[in-house]
Amino acid sequence: MAAPESSAAAVPTLYTNNALRNAFGGVLAFFILLLIGVMAFSIRLFSVIKYESVIHEFDPYFNYRVTQFLAKNGIYEFWNWFDDRTWYPLGRVIGGTVYPGLTLTAGTIWWLLNSLNIPLSVETVCVFTAPIFSAFASWATYLLTKEVKGTGAGLTAAALLAMVPSYISRSVAGSYDNEAVAIFALIFTFYLYIKTLNTGSLFYATLNSIAYFYMVCSWGGYTFIINLIPMHVLLCIVTGRFSSRLYIAYAPLVVLGTLLAALVPVVGFNAVMTSEHFASFLVFIILHVVAFVYYIKGILTPKMFKVAVTLVVSVGLAVCCAVIAVLVALVASSPTKGWSGRSLSLLDPTYASKYIPIIASVSEHQPPTWPSYFMDINVLAFLVPAGIIACFSPLSDASSFVVLYIATSVYFSGVMVRLMLVFAPAACITSGIALSQAFDVFTRSIKFQLPGIASNTEVDAAETSSSTAEAQNDVEKSEETSKNRPSKKSKKKEKEEKPLPKAKAEKKRLLALPLDSSVISLLLLILLGALYVVHCVWAAAEAYSAPSIVLTSRSHDGLHVFDDFREAYAWLRHNTDVDDKVASWWDYGYQTTAMANRTVIVDNNTWNNTHIATVGTAMSSPEKAAWEIFHSLDVKYVLVVFGGLVGYPSDDINKFLWMVRIGGGVFPHIKEPDYLRDGQYRIDSQATPTMLNCLMYKLSYYRFVETDGKAFDRVRQTEIGKKYFKLTHFEEVFTTHHWMVRIYKLKPPKNRIRGKTKKPKTKTSTTSSRAKRSGTGKKNPWH
Amino acid sequence: MAREKSSKDNAQALFHSLRSAYAATPVNLKIIDLYVGFAVFTALIQVVYMASVGSFPFNSFLSGVLSCVGTAVLAVCLRIQVNKENKEFKDLPPERAFADFVLCNLVLHLVIMNFLG
Repeated sequence: MAAPESSAAAVPTLYTNNALRNAFGGVLAFFILLLIGVMAFSIRLFSVIKYESVIHEFDPYFNYRVTQFLAKNGIYEFWNWFDDRTWYPLGRVIGGTVYPGLTLTAGTIWWLLNSLNIPLSVETVCVFTAPIFSAFASWATYLLTKEVKGTGAGLTAAALLAMVPSYISRSVAGSYDNEAVAIFALIFTFYLYIKTLNTGSLFYATLNSIAYFYMVCSWGGYTFIINLIPMHVLLCIVTGRFSSRLYIAYAPLVVLGTLLAALVPVVGFNAVMTSEHFASFLVFIILHVVAFVYYIKGILTPKMFKVAVTLVVSVGLAVCCAVIAVLVALVASSPTKGWSGRSLSLLDPTYASKYIPIIASVSEHQPPTWPSYFMDINVLAFLVPAGIIACFSPLSDASSFVVLYIATSVYFSGVMVRLMLVFAPAACITSGIALSQAFDVFTRSIKFQLPGIASNTEVDAAETSSSTAEAQNDVEKSEETSKNRPSKKSKKKEKEEKPLPKAKAEKKRLLALPLDSSVISLLLLILLGALYVVHCVWAAAEAYSAPSIVLTSRSHDGLHVFDDFREAYAWLRHNTDVDDKVASWWDYGYQTTAMANRTVIVDNNTWNNTHIATVGTAMSSPEKAAWEIFHSLDVKYVLVVFGGLVGYPSDDINKFLWMVRIGGGVFPHIKEPDYLRDGQYRIDSQATPTMLNCLMYKLSYYRFVETDGKAFDRVRQTEIGKKYFKLTHFEEVFTTHHWMVRIYKLKPPKNRIRGKTKKPKTKTSTTSSRAKRSGTGKKNPWH
Repeated sequence: MAREKSSKDNAQALFHSLRSAYAATPVNLKIIDLYVGFAVFTALIQVVYMASVGSFPFNSFLSGVLSCVGTAVLAVCLRIQVNKENKEFKDLPPERAFADFVLCNLVLHLVIMNFLG
């Protein structure tokens, strides 16, 4: 940074000027980060303002119940907890099957606040955990992007992540799910890995392993980290970027990380035995081989090295082939090649629909539609390619990692809509880089043209005034500068002597675009950012803040609130015995155990397909067979969700075909075509008799005709087929205000059987045999 | 015949040059190399023992082997950072490298003791 002034006294002034500017920049960056954190927290509070501070959805209720247990009984009880109020009669080992990171985090925060005499309830802590950790996640994004490209890119990326709708959808206040802390752990682990890669310090490698441990505790998606980092190491080795920093960044992580992952009970020995981790071990071995080769190359002369290579290659190749053959035989002998079902369905998107219908039936596991990309990341969708190109100039270890991260996460987000969440931070990082570079170019152009130097008319003004041309500018500027080099040589020397705030040594050419187009482009970029903010706030307020346990609708009468779910669970809680078992479809299991505090048969954990198939078969069978199945499971109450009166589309009749499929997968007497008329699923008068007689139909539409006289189902938009019928084995005990949840009780078996279960005309011929007589022509002894 | 002889000569020449090049390394690095060799040797003994006796309890075997491999890896990292010929780490004081090494070993052995059962 040579100063144009020649006097020695001017140099200290320049130095203090720079130090002052750096200090001011640092303070400004700190306050910007603080504001970004506040914004990330507040944008997620729409659901608390619009509804109330309540836990959303289904899975968070399980986490909330576990946190309640932890807060009440302490950590030793939590580790050893065997839950007998779910999956009756199997129970569930909570300590060994839950990812403890989220509950331990919230439990720690609750305990800390309570020991400081701030008496927040467990529910409040659970509801607000996600917004707090999203603020942390945006700070972690700042740190990560700063390691890749500098402070400006870091701040932009942090601001983008704080608002990106994809992340908001899984971390609103009340969405107390694993991803709330896991995304923070993911970004923080990546940041520490890049930091270790850049500095080569073993201290950061240790921190990296501990952050990876936190990630393993929090979410099953940790396999993404333990496969992406080895992929990146392999990429660095193959592209000739092997260095000792790479060794320090990767080797301790593998050893410590595997050990720490094995410590978590849910993972246990899977950390060394499943295929998801083999990539890390393979790359570990490859890294050591490469490091050894480099070492030998360093201490030998080139001639001797060639001799060593021929010797090793001839001997080592044979040994290698033998070892690889043994490994391949071992892995190929298992039917799934060692991969778990969920990972296989990620690699082969059609796997789940062919073999595991339960995984295929979850709505979060479906592939996303194209519009959902624009809904979830909006403006970033076309800033990402510009960011990828910016990562290549110059290409460093850190920026190659970012490119790899975004490439893999785009693929996986295309397989499962739930994984859009992993794609969002990568999109924010690359877009932050692109936006910050664009701002850089324009502001520098403006700055160098302000002191009055006439703009060089020979510079090619290739940009149009549309904002989409910004992405092309980064590509065009390199072409421009190569074209304009001969004409600008004279001016180049003058401009280089001015102090550049972010000058890189490689950039010898100056990029000065015309003043007016720079100003207009800058304004358009700001407009782009404004549109992004508007969309994000709208998405957070309207699309992603619904707690889904409380529904609202607007009509000409005003606002209607549908609180039927909580009404039903409260009824169960107050009007049934503590030990009564409730059967429903697995969607409602977590909510029933958490809010109604009753034992359920199946819940959202879906670990036992046969048990779920049993419940599905019961729902698809006629009343008597269903009664038999439920009676064998000690069930007392059956809960059914019905949306036909109010038009709630996610009710059990709409999910019924999945019950049939899952039940039919285990019990072959349930056949899906029996429930379809000409391949169409109908419940009106054209429905099949199997459909009209099954338990789900009867429990949903019992007495439905009394509501409007015509039994018009608002969801299916037709009148139902069988309108007048009585229930023989069940009795209705409760229906909520809008008929959304209906609870039935199993009728107890009669003490005396009055006559055999045969038709009356055959009975009259055998009256001489027994004293018991049948009733007057009744077919059903339970009536 | 001549090719065999030359390959044997080559192997011998290679061996000699390796020995002479290694003898030139400083003493502190040789001590670290000895430590690495000891750790790997201990790991091999444990694997041989597991192969002969069986792998129950698996967590003890895993923690034992991984502790040996872990200390070996950390010692190699220390060697890299302390090596004076390494241009990337010339302004890293060896005391800092050793402190990092000790810290990482502490974390490693804490985890090992927890996992050993």
